[in-house]
Amino acid sequence: MSLDPGKILAFSPLHRLQWEEAQQKHVILYPEGMVELNLPSAEILKLCDGAHDAESIVEELELKFNQTGLKDDIFGFLGVALANGWIRAV
Amino acid sequence: MQTAGSEQYKITPPRWLLAELTYSCPLQCPYCANPLDFAGIKDELSTEDWLRVLDEARAMGAVQLGLSGGEPLVRQDLPVLVKHARQLGYYSNLITSGYGMTESKIVELKEAGLDHIQISIQSPEKNLNDQLAGTESYEHKKEVARLVKKHGYPMVLCVVIHRRNIHQMREILEMAIELEADYLELANTQYYGWAHINRDQLLPTQEQFEQAEAIAQEYKEKLAGKMKIYYVVPDFYEDRPKACMNGWGTTFLTIAPDGTALPCHSARELPGLNCPNVKDMSVQDIWVHSEAFNRFRGFEWMKEPCRSCPEKVKDFGGCRCQAYLLTGDMHNTDPVCSLSPNRQKVFDAIFSARAEAEAGETKPLVFRNPKNSKTLSA
Repeated sequence: MSLDPGKILAFSPLHRLQWEEAQQKHVILYPEGMVELNLPSAEILKLCDGAHDAESIVEELELKFNQTGLKDDIFGFLGVALANGWIRAV
Repeated sequence: MQTAGSEQYKITPPRWLLAELTYSCPLQCPYCANPLDFAGIKDELSTEDWLRVLDEARAMGAVQLGLSGGEPLVRQDLPVLVKHARQLGYYSNLITSGYGMTESKIVELKEAGLDHIQISIQSPEKNLNDQLAGTESYEHKKEVARLVKKHGYPMVLCVVIHRRNIHQMREILEMAIELEADYLELANTQYYGWAHINRDQLLPTQEQFEQAEAIAQEYKEKLAGKMKIYYVVPDFYEDRPKACMNGWGTTFLTIAPDGTALPCHSARELPGLNCPNVKDMSVQDIWVHSEAFNRFRGFEWMKEPCRSCPEKVKDFGGCRCQAYLLTGDMHNTDPVCSLSPNRQKVFDAIFSARAEAEAGETKPLVFRNPKNSKTLSA
């Protein structure tokens, strides 16, 4: 599934995104598995909330971190997340 | 991080807690990983004990929780444990035969916060399924699989692979597609517990493995993005051992039905390991300080050829239970390794199983049930 920048993204109901105190990081949990996330990845996934599309995720994060030129990185990661089934277009 | 012993290895916190809630099971699968003497092990933990174990392991950092057995649905307090696990932030996996599962139970567990249900199916063919399970269960299992899907759980099918069903690999994959599984675990039998005593009757030939693996690979590519296929490799045909348990006492903690804490679910069969019990010690003390959990941490315990081998950091010398079962000494290099001086033991096992297959399957399977357990441990 390729990324359509205008489509609303939501986190997969078959996975869970959670802060892990012991590891001091966000993780994705799924049947018998876990992916540890770095800070930027977790920030992107938290915005896959059924209200944002890819374009608005970029806008919001550039504003939040007072940066520009994040689009390629964010789109790249969203593509990975889609391919892994962590998020889906709704 | 804490360190222990003269070697100063780092002790990492557990990530996985496998809670074997009971050894009771309506099925009799001849490759069951439970100990042979399960029928003599009484005194199941109380609900309060389990709740405390969940608290203590979670506080250390365990996050994946396997609720297993035996058949975990036998425990009447299962929804209470699931609810507590959810509140603590575990991702809970119910590992069940599906036997005894009803739609109302599926709903009740969902409301309690269960994350996923894994159903084991013995074979895509009814007669063989029921024969291997030692009970009529096939139609019900398929119905449970549909209900699991209907109620929004990720659906994981698990099929244990061995010589009686390996020729059905294509049918197994088609069944998983028909049932719309999200994950399919194709678990080649690991030869411990009951599988160890049935090895001649269960171990496939190399040709069978290769054919089955090629089919699994074909479907893996075809189903990419739709169904995740986990293929658990059959290590008897490898030339390097598996990194068993991701290293002893690094990641996995198993609690047996009577509260015995194990670094892996088969470790109970290792002689003199002196495994601690959660009735006597906290999970923290067990993990950090007990002799059993420190026994094979680090590299000091290793014999040659592991001790001086550069690959020891990758495979940790392989599996302690396999070293014990095949060579009689749990400190030996896993004999699956081509560098092991005991490698011939693996070839002997393969040869013996092939001879049994060529003789037309003359030996009966020994089913996992209380009667056989008592006979075998007498």
